[in-house]
Amino acid sequence: MSPALLLPGLILPLVAAPVSFLLGRRALPWLPWLVALMVAGCLCGLAAPLLSEGELFLHLGNWEPPLGLRWRFDGLVWGMIAATTLVCLAVAVYADGYVPNRGRRGRWLGFWPVLFFLWGALNSLFLAGDIFNIYVTLELVSLAAVALVTLDGRPQALAAGMRYLLLALVGSLCYLLGIALLYASFGVLDAALLAERLQPGMTASLAMALLGVGLFLKTALFPVHGWLPAAHGEAPAPASALLSSLVVMGSLYVLLRLWLELFGAVLTPGLRQFVAVLGAAAVLWGSWLAMCQRRLKLVVAYSTVAQLGYPLLMVPLLETSGAAAAWSGGFYLLLSHALAKASMFLVAGVLLHAQGHDRIFQSRGFAGRYPMSVFAFGLAALTLLALPPSGGFIGKWLLLEASFGSGQWWWGLVLLLGGLLAAGYVFRVLVPIFGDAGHRHLEAVPLRMELAALSLAVGSVVLGLVAGAPVRALQAVVLP
Amino acid sequence: MSWGGLAPLVILLSSLVPALLIFFLDESRVRLRNGLNLGGAVLKVSVVGVMLWGVYRGWRFQLSWELLPGVSFLLRIDSLSLLFMTLSAVLWLLTTIYAIGYLADRPHNRRFFGFFCLCVAATVGISMAGNLFTLFIFYELLTLSTYPMVVHRGDNASLRAGAVYLAYTLTGSMAVLAGTVWLYALVGPVDFVEQGGILVAAPEQRASLTLILALLIGGFSVKAALVPLHGWLPRAMAAPAPVSALLHAVAVVKAGAFGILRVVYDLYGAELAHQLGVLAVLLAFAAATIVYGSVRALFQTDIKRRLAYSTVSQVSYILLGTALFGSVATVGALVHLVHQGVMKITMFFCAGAVAETLGVHRVDELDGTGPRMPWTMTAFTIAALAMIGLPPFAGFISKWYLGVGALEAGAAWVVGVLLLSSLLNAAYFLPMLYRAWFKAPPAAWPQEATTPGSWEAPPSLVLPPALTAFFSLAFGVLAGTAISPLQWAQFIAALEYAP
Repeated sequence: MSPALLLPGLILPLVAAPVSFLLGRRALPWLPWLVALMVAGCLCGLAAPLLSEGELFLHLGNWEPPLGLRWRFDGLVWGMIAATTLVCLAVAVYADGYVPNRGRRGRWLGFWPVLFFLWGALNSLFLAGDIFNIYVTLELVSLAAVALVTLDGRPQALAAGMRYLLLALVGSLCYLLGIALLYASFGVLDAALLAERLQPGMTASLAMALLGVGLFLKTALFPVHGWLPAAHGEAPAPASALLSSLVVMGSLYVLLRLWLELFGAVLTPGLRQFVAVLGAAAVLWGSWLAMCQRRLKLVVAYSTVAQLGYPLLMVPLLETSGAAAAWSGGFYLLLSHALAKASMFLVAGVLLHAQGHDRIFQSRGFAGRYPMSVFAFGLAALTLLALPPSGGFIGKWLLLEASFGSGQWWWGLVLLLGGLLAAGYVFRVLVPIFGDAGHRHLEAVPLRMELAALSLAVGSVVLGLVAGAPVRALQAVVLP
Repeated sequence: MSWGGLAPLVILLSSLVPALLIFFLDESRVRLRNGLNLGGAVLKVSVVGVMLWGVYRGWRFQLSWELLPGVSFLLRIDSLSLLFMTLSAVLWLLTTIYAIGYLADRPHNRRFFGFFCLCVAATVGISMAGNLFTLFIFYELLTLSTYPMVVHRGDNASLRAGAVYLAYTLTGSMAVLAGTVWLYALVGPVDFVEQGGILVAAPEQRASLTLILALLIGGFSVKAALVPLHGWLPRAMAAPAPVSALLHAVAVVKAGAFGILRVVYDLYGAELAHQLGVLAVLLAFAAATIVYGSVRALFQTDIKRRLAYSTVSQVSYILLGTALFGSVATVGALVHLVHQGVMKITMFFCAGAVAETLGVHRVDELDGTGPRMPWTMTAFTIAALAMIGLPPFAGFISKWYLGVGALEAGAAWVVGVLLLSSLLNAAYFLPMLYRAWFKAPPAAWPQEATTPGSWEAPPSLVLPPALTAFFSLAFGVLAGTAISPLQWAQFIAALEYAP
């Protein structure tokens, strides 16, 4: 049996979505576990062939491109899907104990089908090997994401969701226009074939710009990040965790892969520097705004804006001697960030659950009552601060090495400064939390919520301890 | 991994495992917590003892783990690491005993002792780090694990102190990280070697290597509290006494000084480091710090703050010795690392005991404390005289070697700095001793402990300073014997300057 036949197993969550819709509460808690185990099983089965062959393809319906669709699977995709699986499973376990505002339990049951849908859509997005398939799966992801924002039903959430929907639609239109241009000029949609045929020129530049604008919007990269904090801040905590870790990771992944693989020749050195300047601005501005917030969820949301800027810094470094380090570092940062950020939002949810609000300066004594959650928050914060031992540290180390090694030391300064700013907003949160409680009443929180947050945080630290093999696998991916 | 690799692991785990276990213990499990703490400390001291014997016989113990392609996590026990490790292992044991007595019946002890163990794990990790990458990892762990101890009291003063502490140390760490990465990018992975000189400065790399050395030394100087990067240290005195004693007199500031020692001697090699010219700058800053710290100490009325400024001044002796080229100055620097540790920890122990028993916090409240608490104040007196540098105490040995080293290196003005500093030391310590022994006690102590035992204070607050005071004396008197820190420092220096 060809190992590529295991690939369809990775989109099992799409099947689980209607099942959980039909079964409702009866699907809990076993269905998420079952799906996660099956996906993990497929990933394990795929690991060995991946190491020996480097890249796997599955031609859907046995049609070869350019006629047929194909899925592409390599070390990077493996990592993305593994992170998605971990986060989705932890969020599913967490959401089982979560009671959203004013106890709307019935409405909350709608969360699971959307979760599975998002999970499957993301996995197929990572697998997609042609730009139209990517468009379709991106749309699926966006729809699921908007549903997650509005699930709560509160007016603020609906407003934020509406804004998100409109911007996501604009982004999709830009993207669609871009691929239409590409198809009209070059006649193929398969990414690998397109990369061979693409000629630098007016059309290619325009298409690249359109794809870029669309995906910048969807990822909330600077300067079009405005919608993210509202949307991620207003969504219920488990939904925020998914949005802030996975949804943005998906579109950023597409952006980087398409730009670097298709438009390598179009991206002039000046343009590459410009992209990294946007990334640096995201890091600095996002961190600064995170430091000005008074609500925990907003702090975490703005920190997402900041953290998403880092992977962009690899763009100018890929043309230098540090290309392998930059490539693996950028994506390692993205993967670790997914785990860490999800964990932080889950902790924010515990805080909300315990005291009914998430205002930082009225959270004294939280650490005394929920040490495990605060411990999780601290561990996850290591990745944001890029302190050892954490996946974020490894990612930053690699990026720093690339930037100092290639003489573009100014990106290294941005990385270091970003870490310091992150320390600013993280400790601004931690200090009141450690304060003395007095006689404040805090609600009990189900243990599995705390455990879910902790396990993701531990995961982000483990990424820092066993970085050798994953980094090698990332570097084995054929560099654009 | 060979059997020799187990030793670093055991030393690291002997405080890491208690730390993790303590975090998950209930606050009320006092005896189990203390048992874990002390058990780990005793185990560590005994393993370190075996290591001392082994390394003296020429064995080295190491453990490595490739974390990234080309970048290894390397733990290695050599002569220099043992110097620092023995100091922290022994003082950890004593401080644990002290802290158990000091913090009994106070809240949040689980958090305190958990992070306390973590700090020590970080400190021994720093001592064992076999390359800059590993050193940085533990250096950061130390920053993070000491923060909760600085803010342990939770009041506004300690929270502000914590914020200042973080701002300083994290910025310093970023400089260290930048230097480390740059070095890795420039010359590839390099491990510390005992003779130094692993870096060969090709002419076109000289500028970069100079900048890297400046970044590394600058970054480490923050924790070593070199003026003008010392601002965090006096503020951090808001922490409980055992923290000030072990961390701010020994672990944290020494970690910075130790980082500089490592970089200068085992990475660049003394010769290259001098050629690049960075050490001349360090010498000037260290001399300025020695004088400045002493002058500021003179004007402090709070005992702990006076001791803190004295630390600022005294730690720079180590940097001064490092910045002077020559094996005698190196011996002075290395031996002062140990001497300053035992002397200063004694003083902080005593200050804590006096504050705890009598409520005495300010210098002018010290009147008559000597007859009231003779053991404690005798220990304090020994440590103070040693600090001033009177023979035959430990401090004299340090200053003697530093002075001779300065003359050997042709920097006679440094001797003047040392003399001036000794005068200033006398000027701020002797009045304290005078008040303690010769002035009449006040009618009532500021805040006397309510449960007077049969002794002047609980034994756990008296015995540790008595022991470290004994060390401050013994290290001076027995400096010529085989078991003194001086011999070990000479052993290291002989390796460093081996042809």
